[in-house]
Amino acid sequence: MVTKTQAVAQPIPIQEMETVTIRFAGDSGDGMQLAGTQFSNASAIFGNDVSTFPDFPAEIRAPAGTLFGVSGYQINFSARDISTPGDRLDALVAMNPAALKTNLQDLVKGGILIINSDAFTDANLKKAHYENDPLEGEELDGYQLFKIPITKLTLEAVKDTGLTNKQAERCKNLFALGVVCWLFDRPLDPPLNWIHQKFGKTPAVDQANTLALKAGYAYGDIVEIFPVRYKVQKASLPPGTYRRLTGNEALSLGLVAAARRAGLKLFYGSYPITPASEVLQELSRHKNFDVITFQAEDEIAAISAVIGASFAGCLSATGTSGPGLDLKQEAIGLAVMTELPMVIINVQRGGPSTGLPTKTEQSDLLEAVCGRHGECPLPVLAALSPADCFGMVFEAARIAIKYMTPVVLLSDGYIANGAEPWRIPGMDELPGLHPTFASAGTTGDGFQPYARDENLARPWALPGTPGLEHRVGGLEKKDISGAVCYEPENHQLMTELRQKKVEGIAKDIPLQEVHGPARGKLLVLGWGGTAGAIQSACEAAQAKGHDVAWATMRYLNPFPRNLGDVLKSYKKILIPELNAGQLLTLVRARYLVDAEGLNKMQGRPFLIREIGDRIEQILRGVSS
Amino acid sequence: MSASSVELDVLTAKDFASDQEVRWCPGCGDYSILAQIKKVLPTLGIPKEKYVFVSGIGCSSRFPYYVETYGIHGVHGRACAIATGVKLANPELSVWVATGDGDALSIGGNHFVHMLRKNIGLKVLMFNNRIYGLTKGQYSPTTELGKRTKSTPWGSVDRPFNALSVAIGAEATFVARALDSDPKQLCEVLERAARHEGTAFVEIYQNCVVFNDGAFEYSHKSQRADNTLYLEHGKPMIFGKEREKGIRLIGTHPEVVTVGKGGVAMDDLLVHDERAAEPTLAYLLSRMRHPEFPEPVGVFRCAEEKSYERRVYEQVEEAKKRLGEGDLAGLLQSGEAWEIT
Repeated sequence: MVTKTQAVAQPIPIQEMETVTIRFAGDSGDGMQLAGTQFSNASAIFGNDVSTFPDFPAEIRAPAGTLFGVSGYQINFSARDISTPGDRLDALVAMNPAALKTNLQDLVKGGILIINSDAFTDANLKKAHYENDPLEGEELDGYQLFKIPITKLTLEAVKDTGLTNKQAERCKNLFALGVVCWLFDRPLDPPLNWIHQKFGKTPAVDQANTLALKAGYAYGDIVEIFPVRYKVQKASLPPGTYRRLTGNEALSLGLVAAARRAGLKLFYGSYPITPASEVLQELSRHKNFDVITFQAEDEIAAISAVIGASFAGCLSATGTSGPGLDLKQEAIGLAVMTELPMVIINVQRGGPSTGLPTKTEQSDLLEAVCGRHGECPLPVLAALSPADCFGMVFEAARIAIKYMTPVVLLSDGYIANGAEPWRIPGMDELPGLHPTFASAGTTGDGFQPYARDENLARPWALPGTPGLEHRVGGLEKKDISGAVCYEPENHQLMTELRQKKVEGIAKDIPLQEVHGPARGKLLVLGWGGTAGAIQSACEAAQAKGHDVAWATMRYLNPFPRNLGDVLKSYKKILIPELNAGQLLTLVRARYLVDAEGLNKMQGRPFLIREIGDRIEQILRGVSS
Repeated sequence: MSASSVELDVLTAKDFASDQEVRWCPGCGDYSILAQIKKVLPTLGIPKEKYVFVSGIGCSSRFPYYVETYGIHGVHGRACAIATGVKLANPELSVWVATGDGDALSIGGNHFVHMLRKNIGLKVLMFNNRIYGLTKGQYSPTTELGKRTKSTPWGSVDRPFNALSVAIGAEATFVARALDSDPKQLCEVLERAARHEGTAFVEIYQNCVVFNDGAFEYSHKSQRADNTLYLEHGKPMIFGKEREKGIRLIGTHPEVVTVGKGGVAMDDLLVHDERAAEPTLAYLLSRMRHPEFPEPVGVFRCAEEKSYERRVYEQVEEAKKRLGEGDLAGLLQSGEAWEIT
């Protein structure tokens, strides 16, 4: 047993750290996602830059104590600008043996290991396939091990609230959170406020969670098992008002913002699918913004309804993940043929088939660009980080409306669930989107639904407008009139027009930004969610004086118009992707450059060092 | 949420004829349906620009090209889902779906039942010819068991769908059957469908002259009186050339009786109630098939129920009342925000 400290104890020294990575790991029913979210909130509000990585099983409540039922939440918080949730853990909270077994390999030697010793029962050790109790052996010798009877202490702390033992035990995640908040000198107000908001209606639960959190904090304070506390100073982020945002939240807000700036109703048709469902859920809360959410009977109905709503004049969008995008492709072809504006969000996950529903991958790029029958071009964009989802979905809406085209926006599971601070833009920073609807007055005699403007966009003529009655459909259209037409030359012309329209968007998007020397030995090129790891790895290499530049792409079709020149300015090009080489294929085909892939397909994002190591090898002349 | 009828020019059938050449086979039942639609639309008090016709794929699905309104010729099976989007985006529009037995009941079966379940305010005309016409003669989900078609040379082994039973099973609020061979009755049914709030489903027996000619011959003029039963709300179910036959219910089984014979009086006949809250009677009627029974035509069910789009927009209004008109700046700053200076 630990003895209580005397009132006159020496204050525990505080050690400053620039960046800390911690992970909460436990059973999928242990509330680890909640503890992690609250810790990252507290850190963000304190003023750190934060980046998070929730990692959970596809099963909602996998059998308790099993290896496959472990759920984790990783937080990287820093006094400087960071771009990934961190490679290695400085601290690990393991709520049971299974969590220890599956997460220990990520903890740095000498790192902090906080264990709920109450959970190390024979039964749990067996479920985690431990032959001997690791707390008794030498296996954990290289770490700073803190064995805390978290379950017992939680039950003790909340015993007067009248909760059943089972209910009381559920508060143990907040006890653990309290300990970690003390250890890293986090303010308790953010989680306390959250508890009151969440459980205010059930006072006993509110009180129990409050008591557990405070007890954990006090435990760190009074029980002198930790020799030192840590502090991470505020980061110097650009001034402004910030909030913490996950990728899926950012997509939702971005869609509402785009609809408002376009002066249109938002129609969001979707079918629940991991990891995209939160967008549907979040948008359904905002009906007072003229948001119509339609949970369709299936993926195909969702995109079909979106096509109908677009025809009738809404800013229309759908969201899905890979299996859903497969199902939607035929209808997307119809959207390309009818040239109607809409945003199609694909939050990618591990495939093929059902694959890894809760794990991340970037393996739908080729599907987005080339996945439909016929010559069926459409713009494809990607978000680089959780907060970047806001701007990119807004941009997707802008392009859709201006060019009368469906636009695919790629996110992924890592971006969707991960969170980071987001500087809230002022209203003046959000450009106005200006849909122009055809009217009989502007079209003269005889409406021509497939006449085109300078951007090759056809007019958007809404049902209800007198004099513009017209039909669109999947059959080939005659140029200008839009009548059904099977003439050979017309099909060639229309195929080329659809292609040219999409290619023309290149003049309307930013040039590809490159960080580092404008020409040289090595360019690391990436897209979407790998951007953070690429940035971190390249900045580290540049700091060592290496001749390396990096570029992360948001525009995948069409490519930025300077991309070819950029690629030709470097001797070697490395393309790290969470797939078998999809951007690599597109870039090689388009520019005939000899790029090299770095391909990871493990359902997890890149570690910084995985990219860093390959950079070092290439610069030393080691071939892949 | 019906379309408004303001100062209207008087429209005629001609106003709804598009400039497209109609390309159905000569003698196709679709011509009759098109003619009746063009006759009915001008009478509904809805301006032409507020009509939208949506279709999927199949012979029937060429329909939108032939009416001078807004229209979408969709992809196979998706008409109901596309039309749902149109109606939800703008409930002021009068949205019609032209579909077939294959389009609605096979490839689009899922959308069909969910549209009915949700009671979305669409007028759905299903041209049932019991065959795949556009793909040249394969059997459809309404083709009879044993029927020889191009893809069933040994006879079909599929049990067919009864379209009305499916619709009533999905608790459709308006269900009717009409005949391409009886334009007057078709016209009446279309008018009733047009005025219904919620999904109005009309099965139209339609003859395919090329691949399934005569499929509904028993309902054609010469045989109609004995083989069909014209439903009228509140009236006893009588049919036959001499109006001598009727339907009586024994337990839960209908039977054909002759009035005045075997002690059967007029009062013993089943009386039609299209407004019954439960769809039980409508379902029972949908089970009456030729040749055991006269096949009912007319409105099986017309129940008053709020449409889906009305519920959707009431919720939007409710949200505005409770949360106020959406304020974008406020939304972006919601949640826990902090300042960095």
